Amino acid sequence: MAQLVKGETGDWEIVIGMEVHAQVTANSKLFSGASAEFGAAPNSQVSMVDAAMPGMLPVLNEHCVYQAVRTGLGLNSKINHTSVFERKNYFYPDLPQGYQISQYLHPIVGEGKIEIDLPDGTTKEIGITRLHLEQDAGKSLHDQHPTKSFVDLNRSGCALMEIVSEPDIRGPDEAAAYLSKLRMILRYLGTCDGNMEEGSMRADVNISVRKPGGELGTRAEIKNVNSVKAVQQAIDYEVERQIDILESGGTVVQETRLWDPNKNETRSMRSKEEAHDYRYFPDPDLLPLVLEQDYIDKVANDLPELPDQKKHRFMEEFGLSLYDASVIIAESMRADYYEDVTKGRDPKIAANWVINELLGLLNKNDKDIAETPISASQLGGLIDLIADNTISGKIAKDVFAEMFKTSKDAAAIVEEKGLKQVTDTGEIESVIDKVLADNPDNVAAYKGGKDKLFGFFVGQVMKETGGKANPAMVNEILKKKLS
Amino acid sequence: MTNLTHLTLAEALKGLENKDFTSVEITQAHLDAMESMRHLNAYVIETPEIALAQAKASDDRRAKGNAGPLDGAPISVKDVFCTKEVQTTASSHILEGFIPKYESTVTQNIFNDGVVMLGKTNMDEFAMGASTTTSYFGNTINPWKNKSDPGKDLVPGGSSGGSAASVAARMALGSLGSDTNGSIRQPSSFCGITGIKPTYGRCSRWGIVAFASSLDQAGVFGRTVEDCALLLKSVCGHDPKDSTSAKIDVPDWPKLLSSNQGVKGLRIGIPKEFRVDGMPDEIEKIWQQGIDWLKDEGAEIVDISLPHSTYSVPAYYIIAPAEASSNLARYDGVRYGLREDGEDLIETYEKTRAAGFGDEVKRRIMIGTYVLSAGYYDAYYIKAQKIRRLIVEDFQKAFEKCDALLAPTSPSVAFPIGEKLDDPVKMYLEDVFTSPASLAGLPGMSVPAGLNADGLPLGLQIIGRQWDEEMVLRVGAAVEKAANFSAIPEMVDTKLAA
Repeated sequence: MAQLVKGETGDWEIVIGMEVHAQVTANSKLFSGASAEFGAAPNSQVSMVDAAMPGMLPVLNEHCVYQAVRTGLGLNSKINHTSVFERKNYFYPDLPQGYQISQYLHPIVGEGKIEIDLPDGTTKEIGITRLHLEQDAGKSLHDQHPTKSFVDLNRSGCALMEIVSEPDIRGPDEAAAYLSKLRMILRYLGTCDGNMEEGSMRADVNISVRKPGGELGTRAEIKNVNSVKAVQQAIDYEVERQIDILESGGTVVQETRLWDPNKNETRSMRSKEEAHDYRYFPDPDLLPLVLEQDYIDKVANDLPELPDQKKHRFMEEFGLSLYDASVIIAESMRADYYEDVTKGRDPKIAANWVINELLGLLNKNDKDIAETPISASQLGGLIDLIADNTISGKIAKDVFAEMFKTSKDAAAIVEEKGLKQVTDTGEIESVIDKVLADNPDNVAAYKGGKDKLFGFFVGQVMKETGGKANPAMVNEILKKKLS
Repeated sequence: MTNLTHLTLAEALKGLENKDFTSVEITQAHLDAMESMRHLNAYVIETPEIALAQAKASDDRRAKGNAGPLDGAPISVKDVFCTKEVQTTASSHILEGFIPKYESTVTQNIFNDGVVMLGKTNMDEFAMGASTTTSYFGNTINPWKNKSDPGKDLVPGGSSGGSAASVAARMALGSLGSDTNGSIRQPSSFCGITGIKPTYGRCSRWGIVAFASSLDQAGVFGRTVEDCALLLKSVCGHDPKDSTSAKIDVPDWPKLLSSNQGVKGLRIGIPKEFRVDGMPDEIEKIWQQGIDWLKDEGAEIVDISLPHSTYSVPAYYIIAPAEASSNLARYDGVRYGLREDGEDLIETYEKTRAAGFGDEVKRRIMIGTYVLSAGYYDAYYIKAQKIRRLIVEDFQKAFEKCDALLAPTSPSVAFPIGEKLDDPVKMYLEDVFTSPASLAGLPGMSVPAGLNADGLPLGLQIIGRQWDEEMVLRVGAAVEKAANFSAIPEMVDTKLAA
């Protein structure tokens, strides 16, 4: 569902490609043994290599290679048997070597694709151009001293995967869906924690506009977009800016722009005159990275079921709607939870309980599935009590709320509070007899054709039994008595 | 006892083993020699306290019967190796005052074998040069003099000129150097000593101040082939901290050498492209002399061709500066070494690097930056890499026909300090015979073969197959034996007499 934008001169089509930097989940850095943990005291995780002391040499962290290959496979991408680390040369205080070790002409992962889920319930394929491994830079701190800048090298040398998409994204919704799906896949794989607030996942968005189906326009690269919402806002702003320029006869300048989340605008970051010549060349300290097919096969065998595979399986195996399946597979832990609940139970009922009740309440309490007070087997136990007529669906919701509060089993709560459904025909009959005897006028009216009063009698019976009477039996007996 | 500095490393080790003298004694003898030869400026810093402490510790080890293979032998170390708690500058102002918190793998290796370090030797700044005249800490003077012009100071060659001078002037039994394009072989030739650069990947580059990573290789100096073998065995070996160091066993070269196999039946290749225009007669003559010696010893002389070797100097002067321009980017005044504060960050970078680097280093950074720039990369860097590949293939083909190559080490003898400095290209042509083996990553050795009419040493170079240092040492030993080079610089000889 390409989102066209109405301008003064007609419709405009948005064309977006994204570059996502994802920090590789690893204990140590890409080329050194220093810890890659987030949040340590400044400069406490810096090896001699990270500080670029004279004579220090990079040694490739094999785990980071594993993670990159795993991610590449998760993005349905071609893994390159030979890739090359190159140096990207530029000066900056938080780049101690004076160059970033990256991959340029020969990335570790080539073309692939992922499926994104759109708000209107459709899906779309987005092409992946490449994924390459590179070093992160350190952090410059400009607010610690009135005249000096400080540098924290903890992040210097941490492994990043740069994941580049094809310009297949056609609007803010698709961009958001792409980013969400990418993050979901990375989390499923355990190759990046996807935490945008901590900066372990960062997006650069390349945006241009064109007349529908026409030649590609000139693009601007927006940096510093650090949440899914910011991506959408930045695109909205940038699209409007570019259309205004074009419709007033101007031309869009190819440049790098910075998203300012406080002012909700993008602004020019680097002019053409300052454009860097990075002088890439193969890093002579590192040999080309050669991956045998056996190794790639082994990594492939380790892959978990991926979100889209799971989604399609849930739709086929459990008959879930695309929407329900998408909600459930959003986190792998959530999907596992659902699968545990639904084992031996009606999958749609299980889905309703998980999505509407559990996720609703978790959301309200600002918790995620990992913190659920109700285990999957406990929720299953509750559903079982409904299925075997121990409690009604209505009572079940009260029991559920109690379980959420106390983490007790459903059966224990039902027992404790005496919520067991009344299924004794004699007992129900006597209550019904009492209700009918107490309301002779309504009985007469019902018999005179006021069918709607049936609900009144059911309500009275439920009231008398404290909601515990089996509703089906109440209906059946009432009908008999009133006929 | 006065002759301790004139022993070879092998003789000294035997003397130590026989308890003829102690390590403290032989170390002190060298410290005294360093003092009397200080005008040569072979050392950037002398480390007498460390040397004597190491010597004392060595004597203790020997007394307890657990001496290492090189225990107690005093040698010098080129200032390109990072040495823990000892200033390491690569003879550059930009690293003045830099004291590493770590020990390079190669120096650690020799210390593990019991070596005593006398000090850090002078070199061309960042190993860029062939004369040791680009050092921030002054020129090193060659102990040899031209008989026709004895008042003029001569260069020791470079870049490891301080190392070569220290060994030639009996200020060290041996030395650690590094060779990027001839920086061990050419100074060996100029100073009348022996030096070998092993195959690229034989020893670790970890802790060596980088110049051109794909070419830099540590190596050793001695006064004999045997001494080189002893030191080489100590420095080589795989190091997991250097991704380009090879996982390959280190042969017992001293032992292999002692079996004295000679060169009978070996095929010695003579590369015809090395007969360059304008080569001085004395070089041509010593080369022919070397060929005759080996022939007399029963080797078969084979004419071979290295058709692309004529492009090796231009290819080298693209690849090495390209790598250097990137390797030297880390010297930015932010974390260590020199900082010249400016108004802002860019000015601080500019002032620091302007003050910290010498002219030759700046020249190469600019060449390197240029050849890697967008629009020039393919024409220079990529083309140079292609030439490099062709040179590798040339050698591979040549080694189908022969077991080792014999060639001159340098197109000239030691020249007066200050000469060739006005014309960088002239200086670059010093590398013409050493460059091909460097680009191909092959082992190469220079052995002193004689003196020219002016009494200056001439070296012959032996180049071997990849990983075949054994063959290089074997042929080198044959040249050494035939040449029977026993000349000593006059100033050293005079000292000895006194």
